[in-house]
Amino acid sequence: MTRFTLKGLTLADGSVANIVVSDGRIQSIGSDVAGEEFDCSGLVGLPGFVDLHTHLREPGFEQSETILTGSRAAALGGYTAVHAMANTHPVQDTAGVVEQVKTLGDEAGYVQVQPIGAVTVGLEGKQLAELGAMAGSKAQVKVFSDDGKCVSDPLLMRRALAYVKSFGGVIAQHAQEPRLTENAQMNEGPVATELGLAGWPAVAEESIIARDVLLAEATGSRIHICHLSTAGSVEIVRWAKARGISVTAEVTPHHLLLTDELARGYDPIYKVNPPLRTSKDIQALRAALIDGTIDIIATDHAPHPAEAKDCEWAAAAFGMLGLETAASIAQDVLIDSGLSTWARFAEVMSQTPARISGIAGQGLELVAGNRANIAVIDPKAKRLIQGGGASKSSNQPFGGMTLPGAVIHTVFRGEFTVKNSKLAK
Amino acid sequence: MVSRTVLGTSDIDRAVTRIAHEILESNHGTSNLVLLGIPTRGVILANRIFEVISKNETVDIEQCLGQLDITMYRDDLNQQPTRSVGHTHIPGGSLDGKIVVLVDDVLFSGRTIRAALDAINDFGRPKAVRLAVLIDRGHRELPIRADFVGKNLPTSRDERIRVHLTESDADNEVVIEG
Amino acid sequence: MKHLLSAADLDRHSAIELLDIASEMSGVNEREIKKLPTLRGKTVVNLFFEDSTRTRISFEVAAKRLSADVINFSAKGSSVSKGESLKDTAQTLEAMGADAVVVRHHASGAAHALANRGWISASVVNAGDGTHEHPSQALLDAYSLREAIHASPAGQSLEGLKVAIVGDIAHSRVARSNLTLLKTLGAKVYLVGPATLLPGALTAQADGFSYSLDDAIEDFDLDAVMMLRVQLERMTASFFPSEREYARIWGLNGDRLSRLKSDALILHPGPMNRGLEIDAKASDSKNSLVLRQVANGVNMRMAVLYKLLAGGSIND
Repeated sequence: MTRFTLKGLTLADGSVANIVVSDGRIQSIGSDVAGEEFDCSGLVGLPGFVDLHTHLREPGFEQSETILTGSRAAALGGYTAVHAMANTHPVQDTAGVVEQVKTLGDEAGYVQVQPIGAVTVGLEGKQLAELGAMAGSKAQVKVFSDDGKCVSDPLLMRRALAYVKSFGGVIAQHAQEPRLTENAQMNEGPVATELGLAGWPAVAEESIIARDVLLAEATGSRIHICHLSTAGSVEIVRWAKARGISVTAEVTPHHLLLTDELARGYDPIYKVNPPLRTSKDIQALRAALIDGTIDIIATDHAPHPAEAKDCEWAAAAFGMLGLETAASIAQDVLIDSGLSTWARFAEVMSQTPARISGIAGQGLELVAGNRANIAVIDPKAKRLIQGGGASKSSNQPFGGMTLPGAVIHTVFRGEFTVKNSKLAK
Repeated sequence: MVSRTVLGTSDIDRAVTRIAHEILESNHGTSNLVLLGIPTRGVILANRIFEVISKNETVDIEQCLGQLDITMYRDDLNQQPTRSVGHTHIPGGSLDGKIVVLVDDVLFSGRTIRAALDAINDFGRPKAVRLAVLIDRGHRELPIRADFVGKNLPTSRDERIRVHLTESDADNEVVIEG
Repeated sequence: MKHLLSAADLDRHSAIELLDIASEMSGVNEREIKKLPTLRGKTVVNLFFEDSTRTRISFEVAAKRLSADVINFSAKGSSVSKGESLKDTAQTLEAMGADAVVVRHHASGAAHALANRGWISASVVNAGDGTHEHPSQALLDAYSLREAIHASPAGQSLEGLKVAIVGDIAHSRVARSNLTLLKTLGAKVYLVGPATLLPGALTAQADGFSYSLDDAIEDFDLDAVMMLRVQLERMTASFFPSEREYARIWGLNGDRLSRLKSDALILHPGPMNRGLEIDAKASDSKNSLVLRQVANGVNMRMAVLYKLLAGGSIND
């Protein structure tokens, strides 16, 4: 039985307390101490982070990432749960594959690995995958997504939305109209025109979101919008929420910080789907995250091997790392800006993603009796980002930047996975 | 830095006039004669020599006076930043059968003249190539000598010779800096 | 100057210097022995991932006239078609001693990647990258214009010259490089084409634009018209409905030629689609610089190779 005390921790509501962890649960919050003591004065304690959008690449692309290496990166980022996207090989479109992913996650033991199921067989957008079988499997899949590809067929989308109602599922849509983005390389705009790279218009994202919130309304189902990236998308989601449509939306850390100007050197490290947009979009996304139009931050952590990025732009793969830097960017947007609170931070990084996915034991308030999934961060630290961290890949878009805050400890099910910013096992 | 003037305006004029006469004498007139100045000050000197010649003889400037840029033929391109290229004009378009007199301001290592001889090769086969210089300062690195010399000026290798001509500079003078 | 990647690499001074060097090079191409020893011992690799016989030959002749050794590497039928990367190909060629790599590639930014990613140390000349830039083409176009309008071109710019670029501006590397370079040299540039092919980011840099060639001829008092080649795949991608409609609205024909100034100049980067963007009356008229462009291509590329390769290590 492990028992320890996080001493003098500042909580999301601003109060300072000792948290005693014992046997996997929070034993007490207050002035008690028990077991080994860890001085946490000046540090902020939050419910362990939950990522709704992670590419762990296993099975099939183990040269980029494995469930073990991705889990370690997640733990170092303060996460206690990640949702593993379905675009593996084989695709996570059957009960067998999602159960295997869950098992590998449990074996790794750094975070709770919750598989996401594919909406369509092989992500091909033609035929519904066995959603019910995945929901009923040991992996208990509730979130379904063809991420990387859009469920662009409106009829198929309508059916999927209706179908998952029966077991409380949600479709997480990668909003990208395929015809409007054929061969697209980066955000459509002045930079793309100057660079001669095929543009990716905002309307390609916004038209799908508009269609899908209406389909969600028509079917009375739940829709989640992956990695929303444009100011126009924010407006549509705001409208849909005002109308009472059951829609949630995520934004990635990189879309909150990086713009398409970075493409000017043709370094594909900045090539990502959806593409980096403009500073005007960033302003809209930040405001929406603060006012609740956007519900959560999700990383879209997308590792790629060096050769997939060490080439000309058009030949490079889409995607960037995110697990070990997400909390820093959340702090920049919510706390260091002076515009929001640690309570909101806990919502967007932990509580709301857990609620959207229905994942058990995650995103819970730090109160006595609850499972001890805790992230402890030092908001005053400054970190110079270099390299890919614990990830097997190094497509790090924040390299060379100094970001605020650092994860000091991560406690997963009552045990340290990260202690003093180092992996604890 | 010490500098002293070794030739003034009248010295230069006398040297140019003497060279012009020597050229006419050795060539027995102006037939087939082509003066090729090497940019920048060789071109000016060639013009001045031509002026003296044309006062004494009937001569067609179109057939007699040209200039030869040797930048592209230099053997030290790799040792310096990229040089800008000067203009080349070959009177009559070919040097076949001509008596070519190369004109330059200072003869030093001989490398410029080596490059000029290479360049001339690409414009045909002259009957003969001669060399006229205002100053011969010695220190040859190649087996090259001048046929017409304004002044022989023994120098040390470290000294610099500056030729100033009013067409490109403030005055007419030859200065040694050392 | 280490690389030539973009027309934006050149300020007015260096652009005019390059044009002046090209002017001197033109003398070489008119004499009996069309060769200079300048780049003896240097190796120039033509690395062409797209077919472009004209551009490749132009660079090849230019390099050979400067006595460089030339290796032509065409991606077709090579290891590249078996999946070898741009990086590996370039490193292989450099290992064989390339001093300069002239690269034509279908990906925008490919030349920048070669120059800036630390893959190779050779000089890189962008001979066309995707829909981005083609700076040596813009230089030879500027050279052709300057030669046509100035009796003694040396040292001159294109100040005040009014030039329209007509056609598929959106996908044209020739248009991008020309827009930049012509403006650097003081010309006024007008962009003309269908609205689907005229992106706002480029019209914003131009001195004016029009969706109609007739209006442009009417409004802009043009001194020169540069017609771009129409790629037929643009039609299948619905950028315009048909060849006939394109020719009717944006083609340069005898009638439109007659409405231009009598000494207006006509340029085309080639190869021409006769009867589509330009008809025979226009392309074969006395106003046409098309053949001068081809001839000047060699001079211009000699100047570029001289500028990049003749200097010593002080520049590096």
